[in-house]
Amino acid sequence: MTTTDSSTTAEVPKGRRRLGDIAFANTARGAGLLILAILAGVAIFLVVQSLSSLTANEANFFTSTEWSPESGPGDAVRFGVASLAFGTVLAAAIALVLATPVAIGIALFIVYYAPRRLAALLGYLVDLLAAIPSVVYGLWGLVYLVDQLQPIYRFLAAYLGWIPLFAGPVSTTGRTMLSAGIVLAVMILPIITAMSRDVFAQVPQAHREAALALGATRWEMIRTAVLPFGRPGVIGGAMLGMGRALGETMAVAMILSPSIAISFNLLQSGNQTIAAHIALQYPEATGTGVSALIAIGLVLFAITLVVNMAARFVVSRRKEFTE
Amino acid sequence: MTTTTQRTASGSSGEGPRTENQGFYTRQLPKYFPAALLAICAVVVSAVFALLGAFHPVPVAVVAALLYLVAITVSSAVIENSRRAKDRLVTGIVYCCFAIAVVPLVSLLSTVVVYGLERFNLYFLSVSMNGVIPSMDAGGVYHAIVGTLVITGLATLISVPIGLMTAIYVVEYGRGRLKQAITFFVDVMTGIPSIVAGLFVVALWMMVFGPGQTNGLAGAVALSVLMIPVVVRSSEEMLRLVPNELREASYALGVPKWLTIVKVVLPTAVAGLTTGIILALARVIGETAPLILTAGMASTRIQANPLDGDMMTLPVFIYQQVGNLGLSAEAGAYAEERAWAAALTLILVVMLLFLTARLVSRFFSPNSRG
Amino acid sequence: MAKRIDVSDLNVYYGDFKAVEDVTMTIEPRSVTAFIGSSGCGKSTFLRTLNRMHEVTPGARVQGKVMLDNLDVYDPSVDPVAVRREIGMVFQRANPFPTMSIYDNVIAGAKLNNQRMSKRRADEIVERSLRDANLWEEVKDRLHKPGAGLSGGQQQRLCIARATAVEPAVLLMDEPCSALDPISTLAIEDLIAKLKENYTIVIVTHNMQQAARVSDRTAFFNLAGTGQPGRLIEMGDTNKIFTKPDQKETENYITGRFG
Repeated sequence: MTTTDSSTTAEVPKGRRRLGDIAFANTARGAGLLILAILAGVAIFLVVQSLSSLTANEANFFTSTEWSPESGPGDAVRFGVASLAFGTVLAAAIALVLATPVAIGIALFIVYYAPRRLAALLGYLVDLLAAIPSVVYGLWGLVYLVDQLQPIYRFLAAYLGWIPLFAGPVSTTGRTMLSAGIVLAVMILPIITAMSRDVFAQVPQAHREAALALGATRWEMIRTAVLPFGRPGVIGGAMLGMGRALGETMAVAMILSPSIAISFNLLQSGNQTIAAHIALQYPEATGTGVSALIAIGLVLFAITLVVNMAARFVVSRRKEFTE
Repeated sequence: MTTTTQRTASGSSGEGPRTENQGFYTRQLPKYFPAALLAICAVVVSAVFALLGAFHPVPVAVVAALLYLVAITVSSAVIENSRRAKDRLVTGIVYCCFAIAVVPLVSLLSTVVVYGLERFNLYFLSVSMNGVIPSMDAGGVYHAIVGTLVITGLATLISVPIGLMTAIYVVEYGRGRLKQAITFFVDVMTGIPSIVAGLFVVALWMMVFGPGQTNGLAGAVALSVLMIPVVVRSSEEMLRLVPNELREASYALGVPKWLTIVKVVLPTAVAGLTTGIILALARVIGETAPLILTAGMASTRIQANPLDGDMMTLPVFIYQQVGNLGLSAEAGAYAEERAWAAALTLILVVMLLFLTARLVSRFFSPNSRG
Repeated sequence: MAKRIDVSDLNVYYGDFKAVEDVTMTIEPRSVTAFIGSSGCGKSTFLRTLNRMHEVTPGARVQGKVMLDNLDVYDPSVDPVAVRREIGMVFQRANPFPTMSIYDNVIAGAKLNNQRMSKRRADEIVERSLRDANLWEEVKDRLHKPGAGLSGGQQQRLCIARATAVEPAVLLMDEPCSALDPISTLAIEDLIAKLKENYTIVIVTHNMQQAARVSDRTAFFNLAGTGQPGRLIEMGDTNKIFTKPDQKETENYITGRFG
């Protein structure tokens, strides 16, 4: 009896947590902490490096529309983010206005109208649209699309010119805010579509069948059961798309004529966005010039952060609601 | 008394069951009606435009679509009823939305392919721009391909361990505050504009190496900032798909947690993890803005050392060539051809990655094996 | 090989919720003990505390004592991983590792723990375990095919072979037949009768006929009421529990009159 007892205790090794477990768990936690560190680093480094220009700046950073961040002989450092922030928001707003209705339509088409096999293919095509690099959109927009858009712009200026947004004369190059907005709209279309498609597909069958059982047409079913259910998801998707449009650099940098001003006219050149301005100015910038670009980058970071947070908030509210 | 006269557009009511069930026999447009109407609209509009001598596919399509929407609504309202008319109008609009999405995709892909093929050949893929001046009908993207491979390869090497381990932490270990914080900040990181990721590395490099230092490693770090959150998100999703029963089976065999993760969870999820990583790679391989800031735009020579100054990549090459469009007519034309050919190369690379991801997820998921 | 389990005053909690209250019982070696009771009465939860599997669920904790012969399973210095090697477990749904072949599934316990063994030794263990599990004849020609390709009943027997391959002292079975057809169930029941010669077997089942057929002793669990913890009502020889139980509650349950 005693012999078996002692062998039992020997068989089950008593002891501490295993070394492998501790090492692995800590590596995993370390990776998570590293991500937090990287993000803190992004914020800290940007702030630190932007200070030199912000302290030298003689204009008001938030309200000025000037841009001469490098001191030269007899030149003061004067720059501000106002016009660039305006251009950034304007471009994103155009993209959003153009893309959201179409995205909702595509999502409805994929979920409720298209035959199933076609729907899978379409979903794939929309993903493809998202996979095309922005520099290719920029190239296409600059070399091909702006020429195709010119007749439409002339039409808009001729017949809708009384609206300040479309006042003539039309830019001869076509490299205008509206062109940039259209390309951005194509780029954010997949994001909004994907999000809307997901929520539309999640509408409980019971809701839809309840509507149909009451004799509703397909549209009435969509209006009464699908759209109210999917609204937070669509809004969240639209805001995520806007976040993408705000930060999009290359397509805008390549399409918009380089200039910096505040203008409501969409058919002329004049505006510029923060991201594009950084990409265009950086290769020639030195000293406080680089620091000033980092400062406006920080502003862009803050704007996108707010928009993305709001989007996540809207989406997660919906999740809590459905669960 | 024939039972076959159901669902016709004729409104005449018979006797017997038909009068009895009157409410069921609404007047309805025949199935082929919308398609036929659309065809008629298209023909009429093209004819009108042609007579006016202004035929152009885009306005014709737009006007024909609008005409169709009006015609279908009116005819449905007249023959059927207003509710059906609205339904048909919305159906038409939804189809139009789909068409609107296809137009830019087809236009973009066809332009890239048509223009790109002019210069896309073995020569273009196998030579660099070293010693090529803008007006020369020569040069290629070999150096940019090498740079893209080195930079995205490094970015993958940095991102995958960090991203995967973070996902493992969140799914397998994470509790409470730290887990919430990590999930939240990964979301934040997903939204970082790519140019800001570039600026981050610029700022970091300035503090560590002094101003004006651009090289491939800086580019790889910038891309990692963009790639890590994508890897975390997709890996998290895949790890959650592994059934808990498998973890329990392993624990019940007396396998410690870390070996369970390494030998049961990860192998079960490997197809999904790989797919996610490839798709993340496909996303960052086209990034341009952060590379302009960190890896420079000046390089024309073939080099694979990520610490040795500027490094060219495919997307930056496109941007660089677009910058040369304004030079002399000849040089501008060559630059444009190179830009399109490089765009075609880049799109092919992205498609190849997509295809690989598809194949991996189809053929290597555990359920379809054997 | 087989060992006795002594449980005294065991309480199981999920966070603040007490799921099982005050269980004291002895599980005899080389016999089959069945846990019966209505759904949610804590019998599966209790089963999982015997090899500390409940610890996998966040927030689950235990008060009380579980002795495996003379080893205190909940002694702070005892490694739960080592406990699970002594007390194997078979789950409700067959869960062979999808990435492994039949062969690798059987020796998974050793393989996953990085234990090196000779090819011959591995072959021996695989054949013995599969024979023990009455599966050898059916799979010997396709040992290197994936385990997921087997039928549900075969998969469950594969899981039993996997559990016995590490030579545990006790085998816990959590409703092993609930997802199986009657013929596969019969095969598993035959197997249980055979395995009890070498192991201590504890089986949770919803099927009272099954408990009556396979077990030597039966424990009946019940809830005091909704939101109340589950308790052990009565435990005794299976014959006695099914013919003349001491408790009225048990009799009601056995005869189909609830609550």
